[in-house]
Amino acid sequence: MLNKIYDWVDERLDITPLWRDIADHEVPEHVNPAHHFSAFVYCFGGLTFFVTVIQILSGMFLTMYYVPDIKNAWESVYYLQNEVAFGKIVRGMHHWGASLVIVMMFLHTLRVFFQGAYKKPRELNWIVGVLIFMVMMGLGFTGYLLPWDMKALFATKVGLQIAEATPVIGPAIKTLLAGHHEIVGAQTLTRFFAIHVFFLPGALLGLMAAHFLMIRKQGISGPL
Amino acid sequence: MHRGKGMKFVGDSRVPAMRKPNIPKDYSEYPGKTEAFWPNFLLKEWMVGSVFLIGFLCLTVAHPSPLERIADPTDTSYIPLPDWYFLFLYQLLKYSFASGPYTVVGAIIIPGLAFGALLLAPFLDRGPERRPSKRPVAVGMMLLTLAAIIFLTWESVVTHDWEAAAEQGKIRAEVDIDKNAEGYKILEANTCLTCHGENLQGGPAAPSLVGTGLSAEEIANIAKNGQGGMPGGIFKGTDEELQKLAEFVAGLKAE
Repeated sequence: MLNKIYDWVDERLDITPLWRDIADHEVPEHVNPAHHFSAFVYCFGGLTFFVTVIQILSGMFLTMYYVPDIKNAWESVYYLQNEVAFGKIVRGMHHWGASLVIVMMFLHTLRVFFQGAYKKPRELNWIVGVLIFMVMMGLGFTGYLLPWDMKALFATKVGLQIAEATPVIGPAIKTLLAGHHEIVGAQTLTRFFAIHVFFLPGALLGLMAAHFLMIRKQGISGPL
Repeated sequence: MHRGKGMKFVGDSRVPAMRKPNIPKDYSEYPGKTEAFWPNFLLKEWMVGSVFLIGFLCLTVAHPSPLERIADPTDTSYIPLPDWYFLFLYQLLKYSFASGPYTVVGAIIIPGLAFGALLLAPFLDRGPERRPSKRPVAVGMMLLTLAAIIFLTWESVVTHDWEAAAEQGKIRAEVDIDKNAEGYKILEANTCLTCHGENLQGGPAAPSLVGTGLSAEEIANIAKNGQGGMPGGIFKGTDEELQKLAEFVAGLKAE
């Protein structure tokens, strides 16, 4: 039955080369932990992607309850944490996943760095990877404000002061992020929400697509 | 791709009528123990992923994510703390060469140089050698940076007062306090409210007085002799006033 459906679609759209070009590729011996246990270091990138998927899914569920306004943000998170079925788990996954994605990405970066895998011809992929690193830090920073509790507000104030210290454009960056040159309030929360949920994930998906396209095109770096 | 004369298409589309057989590539000619990603290796990846997911779920169940009380911008005594992966930057900005008039050094120049070097690593470390031992400069710089980040994070963690931080962020039960009660007046007269707050909600230096779970005698004893960071002798009234104060505080129950 499934085969018949597949053939029906394939006859019309020729999908076999589409997915085979992506999925049907070789895994060299030196990256396969089944053959060399030390090759587990090659798992960090994949695990970063895995946690990112968890972040996207749990984040989608969180927005079903979260309200980005200063009166209800904290209340909605409190309700989600204490009243909603499995709310504690979903918020926990998003909260701990945020830390985990940083850890995994850091380990992945170190693996690539110490193996010198960023050298010709993989310079562009390294640059895209560092940009992903920055986007992830931005996601962590903007997401920290959203529960609108004490530590969120005051950590954001510190973060905005750091941004303000940039020469020349500092005050403009702060106003762009916070919505006001001085007040960290209702505007800041909605802006951080928009950045956290739309702008940065959009950038992240684009960069990740580029990252994966390049690794598929070039293949993984050879053994040392 | 095959194009041109003799090609047959499905209807008026550009899809060729000759279909590519849906069979895996042959990896037997590849060097070593090369394996097909689909589906052999992917299955192993999924198994690793499941184990990872179970560990991750255990973490979320064992440690529910924290939530402090609702943001109060008027609380000027709150000591801020960023998430752990920004601690090194936060600590860096505490040093005199990177704060005050030199904030731009700690906030922009040092992190900017570090991130810039990371971004441009392929163009700074241009040699063909990949082994760490063959490129001591790049590896040395990275190890130095790592050591600096670990040191700064460590310093930030040990210098932070975690107990005060937990206290200052606690979600506090809202209790209507009768500010005209005699006990409240006595608290006010003895400067208790300076640290414990107008609504007895506590502060960075003192715990909340609501729902302490202590008996009147214990409270009277603390008021007279102090406890923890609170010195003795703050209470200066009569024994009768002490009794009233202790009973008032002991009667404050969280809802």
